[in-house]
Amino acid sequence: MTDSNRTLLSGDEAVALAALHAGVALGTGYPGTPSTEILEALAEFGGRAQWAPNEKVAVEVALGVAFTGARALVTMKHVGLNVAADPFFTASYTGCDGALVIVSADDPGLGSSQNEQDNRRYALAAGVPMLEPSDAQEAYDFTAAAIELSERWKIPFLLRMVTRVCHSRTIVASRALPQPTVAPHFEHDYKARVMIPAYARPAHRRLRAKLAEIAAWNESSPLNRVIAGDQSLGIITSSAAYLHAHEAAPTASFLKLGFTYPLPIEKIRAFAASVKRCVVIEEGDPYLVEAIRAAGIPVEGKPEMYRFGELNITRVRRILAGDTSPEPPPVPGKPPQLCQGCSHRYVFDLLKKLDCIVSGDIGCYTLGVLPPWEAMDTCVCMGASVGIGLGLRHVLPPEQARRVVSVIGDSTFVHSGITGLVEMVYNPPPTGHVVIILDNGTTAMTGHQEHPGTGRTLEHEQTGKISFEELGHSLGIQNVFVTDPALDPEAFERLVRDCLANNQLNLIIARRPCLLIAGKIKEYERAANQTCAALGGQP
Amino acid sequence: MNHRVTNIIIAGLGGQGVLTAAGIVADAAFRCGHDVKQSELHGMSQRGGSVSSDIRYGHKVFSPMVPTGEADFLVVVATDQIEVNRHQLRHGGVLITPDAIDPSKLTNKKSFNVAQLGVLSRHLDIPESVWHDAIRAAFPEKLHAANFQAFALGRKGT
Repeated sequence: MTDSNRTLLSGDEAVALAALHAGVALGTGYPGTPSTEILEALAEFGGRAQWAPNEKVAVEVALGVAFTGARALVTMKHVGLNVAADPFFTASYTGCDGALVIVSADDPGLGSSQNEQDNRRYALAAGVPMLEPSDAQEAYDFTAAAIELSERWKIPFLLRMVTRVCHSRTIVASRALPQPTVAPHFEHDYKARVMIPAYARPAHRRLRAKLAEIAAWNESSPLNRVIAGDQSLGIITSSAAYLHAHEAAPTASFLKLGFTYPLPIEKIRAFAASVKRCVVIEEGDPYLVEAIRAAGIPVEGKPEMYRFGELNITRVRRILAGDTSPEPPPVPGKPPQLCQGCSHRYVFDLLKKLDCIVSGDIGCYTLGVLPPWEAMDTCVCMGASVGIGLGLRHVLPPEQARRVVSVIGDSTFVHSGITGLVEMVYNPPPTGHVVIILDNGTTAMTGHQEHPGTGRTLEHEQTGKISFEELGHSLGIQNVFVTDPALDPEAFERLVRDCLANNQLNLIIARRPCLLIAGKIKEYERAANQTCAALGGQP
Repeated sequence: MNHRVTNIIIAGLGGQGVLTAAGIVADAAFRCGHDVKQSELHGMSQRGGSVSSDIRYGHKVFSPMVPTGEADFLVVVATDQIEVNRHQLRHGGVLITPDAIDPSKLTNKKSFNVAQLGVLSRHLDIPESVWHDAIRAAFPEKLHAANFQAFALGRKGT
């Protein structure tokens, strides 16, 4: 597929290749569509990549790397940045010595997500500069630029992608990129990195001054391009929306923005003044149009109906024509479903039979909400099954409270479910509670990534393993059970019935490897055993 | 070189090799010197749901997505996905359905997607040797023979 340095790559792969070429010391993150392939590709290309238990930890690890002068990459889907928001907001104050590039892969149109939040708002809210590539070539170039600019301004950069950039393959010309100039080292600088109020107040002022300098620099940045065309129509746009707009209006003039926070407002003002009609074409929230109008620049935005879902050539044509007539409804395809033979099926068969109130979570098993089960009552965000289940238990009448069950997958449990168990032990509901971990030994939904509960690294090599049952015992949960619901569904039913009736705290680990990957897991375990035997130790 | 962009959509269900087939088309077009963009939505595709991928190639391609109703070629791997995707095809466009292939003639049933690419290849100006290179790059060596057989079956017509 390679033609010298020209290759057909997805946007995700292009980010990984640029990170490799720029000498990134560590890539970390948590799997999430459409970002997952970045770290997998980085490892495949020969870089150092690892999964963190969640996005908050990943950003913290990467910030530590960047405090040493080394270059770090963090990847996540859009909702992952909610989890990582705490370090994200203060990392802009501390800044970094090396490079820190945080990739947020947004999912307009909800291809595989629980919301369609627009993370450009995060750049503005946290004061973190942001680049937005529109295709894989720009994903490569902008990753390289983000690394360079992050080091130059000593501030984290947000690389905001969308599904159609992450998962579209386009031709990428790679090149030799500037390498890190210093070896990782540590210098004490507590006034810059210890954010007590006395040091954080001046840090905030430093941040705003830095952003003002960056905004001035961005006025002439090559990352924002004017494509001269017919002056009767000017389009201000960014990301994949630029590509659709260029085909919808090939003769128009374009201001194609790549560096979208802080915005090059004077460049935008000059462009808007140079054309007769100026329209902002952006996917998702009216982020650009609001900022541009707030600067007193008259531009047209899109009608509210186009905030929802992805843009495409057809929709951009409609926006430019001012067409707000109803769009043809999408033809419904075949929804995904739990695989035939999946052990989750036994669990949902039972929860439906027992008429449970099911507090669910994020993963393959969320498909338990669809027919034939329709056996899930809530699903909000990673880990929420435990807390929401407890809340329901606290106030429902006892006969209803006793039907509440929290259902969470193994990777999701490690990501955000553990603190829910701590809450359960600390504030137990009067009727007790039942938490079922659906442990299929992998992060199945995103394509079978490892996690701390599997005891294998991103590259499937043996490492430390978190035992859910030992964790449950050590937290003081009265009843901890490990069972395989598919092996003996009747025994599983007796167990769940007992737990629902006992008014105690119950953790049921329903363990059976995902059938799509059971064979591979056996291979990994065999390889690990062989390594252990060669070293003369126990597996 | 023809400046017109060629628009192809491959559709089917998760697990049928839709994305693999699309990758082969994109790679073959790239090897011929075209600008290429291939786009897909595959977040939940592993669970048997609808999957489709757009491939666009030509002198210069901007959007990675085929405009609604403008596909020149629609390749559908699953019969029940034909009606779901028919609106994507332009007037006069070519629809390639599973009926184009007799699965009993395949060395390996899993190569059905590549057999349909053989049918598609009859309409595209891409040399057979380039298709072979792209197929070779997409599969491990032990699957090459079965996929070449499937491609040849589709290309010669049944």
